[in-house]
Amino acid sequence: MEWKIDGQGPIWLQLYAALTRRILAGEYPAGTRLPSVRELAAEAGVNPNTMQRALAYLEEQGLAVGNGTQGRVVTDDQQLLASARRTQALALLQETRTALVELGFTAQEAKELWKEGESTWND
Amino acid sequence: MERLIACENLNKRFGLKYALKDVNLSLGPGKIVGLLGPNGSGKTTLIKLLCGLLQPTSGQVLVLGNAPGRESKAGVSYLPDRMYFADWMVAGDLMDYFEDFYADFDRGKVEQMCASLGIEKRDRIKTMSKGTKEKLQLALVMCRQAQIYLLDEPIAGVDPAARDFILDTILRNYNPQATVVISTHLIADVEKVLDEVIFLKEGEIVCHDSVDNLREREGKSVDTLFREVFRATSYFPQGGNSPWEKL
Repeated sequence: MEWKIDGQGPIWLQLYAALTRRILAGEYPAGTRLPSVRELAAEAGVNPNTMQRALAYLEEQGLAVGNGTQGRVVTDDQQLLASARRTQALALLQETRTALVELGFTAQEAKELWKEGESTWND
Repeated sequence: MERLIACENLNKRFGLKYALKDVNLSLGPGKIVGLLGPNGSGKTTLIKLLCGLLQPTSGQVLVLGNAPGRESKAGVSYLPDRMYFADWMVAGDLMDYFEDFYADFDRGKVEQMCASLGIEKRDRIKTMSKGTKEKLQLALVMCRQAQIYLLDEPIAGVDPAARDFILDTILRNYNPQATVVISTHLIADVEKVLDEVIFLKEGEIVCHDSVDNLREREGKSVDTLFREVFRATSYFPQGGNSPWEKL
């Protein structure tokens, strides 16, 4: 997964979002160790202090657990992961809706489009 | 030491023209600081004052607690904005020079770095491309265990891949006790690696804040903000809607 950093909002928040996506996508599986601040910062090409701030916030949100000098571990609290995944999904749906409204669809039409799209999804 | 760099009411005048006007600045350890401003805004002048290559017209500069001089130079690693070595030298000569001059120089590290860059010790500077010269110089400067790194335009004139290499080198050699000052006008490229930015405009500091504070407050990237602060109004103020339209 790419580190995408754009002009919108603070860099640390974007890093936090990227880390969350990676955890939810299973790139950093539950219960495993996260790479060190330096490694992550170098990988994303950002300042280590900024990455530190993103990781501290990740810890605050409970998605990562600080382990003293041993670095950080991804939480294995399945309930927490499930609720974070749900929050993320709802945000994506909201984004899609906003984009559709910008294109000139009403909320009702958006719902119908969703159903129409559904029929074309084949698992 | 809390303040690695301190400037008080610093002025530098060349003839009648002020290159720096009433600069007050204080930088602590563990920061990567961007010194940003258009051409001629005083970036290089400020860095040269910190190195002791220029003397202030008035005001005070303190580097590591002293006026720039012998003691401060031992703790400051400086990358000038142009190559200052004779072009008949080979890469190995430069390593010898740095090893002689600086007690904190890590010879093994620079040899490793050069090997990974494909620079051989017997390569002559004259035969190197601009980008290779820049990379070699930066490698030498970053392989000192200094407290302050002053990098004057480290990424100007090199290709994007070399830029990534240079920024990566700066990040990987980052030391929490040291401060790195990077002067540049290529903001989009360096924005992500900076803690703080200083905007210089016509010799004065117009803004000194952390990148995330600025982004949070202004709701845009530092690059966009820079373009707004320093936008040239119009090349032909008398007429035309576009700058390139004449009367």
